[in-house]
Amino acid sequence: MDQHLEQSAHAGHAAHGEHPIDSVRTYALVLVVLLCLTIATALVATIDLGFFNIVVALGIAVTKMMFVIWFFMHVRYSTTLTRLVMVSGVLWLIILLTLAFADFATRGWLNVLG
Amino acid sequence: MDSEAHHLETLALREQFDTEDQQKDASTLGMWVFLITEMMFFGGMFLAYTLYRSTYPQVFGVASSSLNLPIGATNTCVLLLSSFTMAMAVRSGQLGKKRAVIWFLIITMLFGLTFLGIKAFEWTEKFQEHHVPALANFHLDGTPLQGQAKLFFSLYFAMTGLHALHMVVGVGIVLFIIMETARNKYSPKYYTPIDIAGLYWHFVDVVWIFLFPLFYLIDRHIGR
Repeated sequence: MDQHLEQSAHAGHAAHGEHPIDSVRTYALVLVVLLCLTIATALVATIDLGFFNIVVALGIAVTKMMFVIWFFMHVRYSTTLTRLVMVSGVLWLIILLTLAFADFATRGWLNVLG
Repeated sequence: MDSEAHHLETLALREQFDTEDQQKDASTLGMWVFLITEMMFFGGMFLAYTLYRSTYPQVFGVASSSLNLPIGATNTCVLLLSSFTMAMAVRSGQLGKKRAVIWFLIITMLFGLTFLGIKAFEWTEKFQEHHVPALANFHLDGTPLQGQAKLFFSLYFAMTGLHALHMVVGVGIVLFIIMETARNKYSPKYYTPIDIAGLYWHFVDVVWIFLFPLFYLIDRHIGR
């Protein structure tokens, strides 16, 4: 049992190694990208793209989130277990949103009040 | 049987862990689990907002367009800058540069307070424009449907308010980390609390990254 635990701990090491330190340049570039995306999303919002206003705004927001969690939150160095937990968390959020939207969208179908 | 269980206990390696990496990974994982509960918490409100916005698109468009876009965009940039300085603080922690950690954290905290100041100014504007749903003088120009407009501003205050509350907590956490850093608590071997505080700070930033487009941007072209 101890042997097994030790092995898995070591396997964990091998997966991510020691925690590398990013350069200032990396962080500065990420900041510049994030600021540019903010200006872009604010400008695009003033143009009428119909339905695509939402797509663009959320697309840029998701892109910004990816930059923040990947670089600033060091997810690119995180363990597989941490990533798995994050992805499963997002999955639960998607379940919450999907089921609620499905309920909301189909409520009128049976002509029952509620 | 297990020689590692009898290692000398340090901040970086507590009794119950085998290695320093294992302890660090456990802390990171624990923080992410907490952040997921936070994500679900905010997710519920994003859900409510989206459902009502799809039910009352016209009024929500008018109300959304009444928000102060330059101020919202400025605040977004302030938060992104604070995330950058926070990342720099963690990096300085990894390198063991104590003074740099403290300065970057102070700048981070000042950006956080700037955000809150701008937010307070924005809320003050809402009081002057009679856009506070709880008050009797509530009125939104451009629509006869004041009830739906109230709903929008209720969600606006609830969600930006809870976000601001997280910022206040974040400022408190950063202040605590500054004091602990000044007391030589951290080293390149043990900077986990700086790292974890950083995760919290960046998470609150990510929440705003979604609040900004959903409240200020999406219906901007309808309301004009």
